[in-house]
Amino acid sequence: MKLFSLFYFLVVGLVATSLFQEKTKEESIIAGQEIYQDFCVQCHLTSGEGVSGVFPPLKSSDYLTDNIEKSIAGIKYGLRGQITVNDEIYDGVMVSQGLDDEEIADVMNYILNEWGNNFEKQITNQQVTNIQKSVLNK
Amino acid sequence: MKNFSLFCFVFLSSIHYGCAQDNPPLIETPSEVNYSYETVVDGIDIPWGLAFITETDFLVTEKSGTLYRVVNGDKRAIAGVPEIYVRGQGGLLDIALHPEFSSNNIVYMTLSANTEGDKNGGNTSLYSAKLNGNSLEDAKLLYKATPNTKKGQHWGSRIVFDNEGHLYFSVGDRGNRDVNPQDISKDAGKIYRLNLDGSIPEDNPFVGKENAKEAIFSYGHRNPQGMVVHPKTGAVWEHEHGPQGGDEINIIQKGVNFGWPTITYGINYSGTPITDKTEMPNMAQPYYYWVPSIGPSGMAFSTSGVYKDWKDDLFVGSLKFEYLERLVIENDKVVKREKVLDKIGRVREVVQSPEGYLYIGVEGKGILKIIPN
Repeated sequence: MKLFSLFYFLVVGLVATSLFQEKTKEESIIAGQEIYQDFCVQCHLTSGEGVSGVFPPLKSSDYLTDNIEKSIAGIKYGLRGQITVNDEIYDGVMVSQGLDDEEIADVMNYILNEWGNNFEKQITNQQVTNIQKSVLNK
Repeated sequence: MKNFSLFCFVFLSSIHYGCAQDNPPLIETPSEVNYSYETVVDGIDIPWGLAFITETDFLVTEKSGTLYRVVNGDKRAIAGVPEIYVRGQGGLLDIALHPEFSSNNIVYMTLSANTEGDKNGGNTSLYSAKLNGNSLEDAKLLYKATPNTKKGQHWGSRIVFDNEGHLYFSVGDRGNRDVNPQDISKDAGKIYRLNLDGSIPEDNPFVGKENAKEAIFSYGHRNPQGMVVHPKTGAVWEHEHGPQGGDEINIIQKGVNFGWPTITYGINYSGTPITDKTEMPNMAQPYYYWVPSIGPSGMAFSTSGVYKDWKDDLFVGSLKFEYLERLVIENDKVVKREKVLDKIGRVREVVQSPEGYLYIGVEGKGILKIIPN
């Protein structure tokens, strides 16, 4: 019986972990790469360099690293209006791609750690869930 | 000297082979401009589809899911639009009026949908509905491509009618090029033909063929976002996004395979080849192909003569280069390409209005009317 309980809790524990626990940062980055190739690459391009004046860069982008919350909100709800990225002005529209919170966390972890970008903290699903549209008005 | 010539020849050739060669005729910037534009309605992020009821009363789809009725420049959201699965390039796509709209008020829409209630994503669907004032009633699902997928790409879609009581609509390859476009037992990467009530015409090319999706009219397409019926021949003209390079204009024919991805003039976005073949037996060649890609969306012939020198020319929106492209066709060939309203923004849609003016849907702007001087 004792053995069974142990086994039971172990199995339940593992299932719960796989269901509810966050991916590791590395796993999230790998999943994010796939999302990036599917939804982002057409404008921001393979090396994250974007198109000067049209689609802002994600590689070495001061806007991205200085505005983590706004960047998440932009992916979640869409982003419009003027922004300045690496001293260049962009005034386009990025529409919401319909990604769920986990996919947004994954793609954020990818773009924050690819092409020489380096961001120590992991963006979590909960962090994305907590971001409201009002962040964009700050 | 001989050696030097040879060297020059080899050297220049290698440069040419290094990058895909631009397909003529090359795009021109007109030296004389006899037109301007006015914004008819603004505040629409992605005006995807446009259908005129009268010159001053038209319907516009906004990709994120709103259908607007615009009367004298004043836009109102229409109620009763079917549920939309907004994902990637998908959303509320084209809108078209039934050929007898004035007596039956029926409209058709293509949109990204998950009608099955599963968690597997979505695919392109075709609906009809009755327009009553500012609401849609009696929405009917006429076709739903399967299976659902969470892929963001290549939903199509455009709707046109021929002169024989058929409706045509397109569905892109849904980001699964190696599975869908060449297989007529699968949806996606196809142009479909239906009767106006949604039933399948008995003389569709694959009717009775085992496992075939009988609504298919032509196949081997990548992502068709422009269709128009030729004003004189009545043939259905289509254009589709190629990969990098290799956007195509095709004249759609019954049962024909247009080759994607077995043949193409394009390459992967990463620069690697998709195939070394640009032609194969039993696969149609494009009527025209664009290298480099312009990112074509929307397609219209100018038939009215309200613009100087533009009569019978073809107009195609360019998402990538942000202009409207004018294509002059002579003896069944594209002989001239010209930028109209260069740098205007991503041109998503172009339609000729009842009075013969060209209206364009521009992303981030709205609907613009081109006015001759």
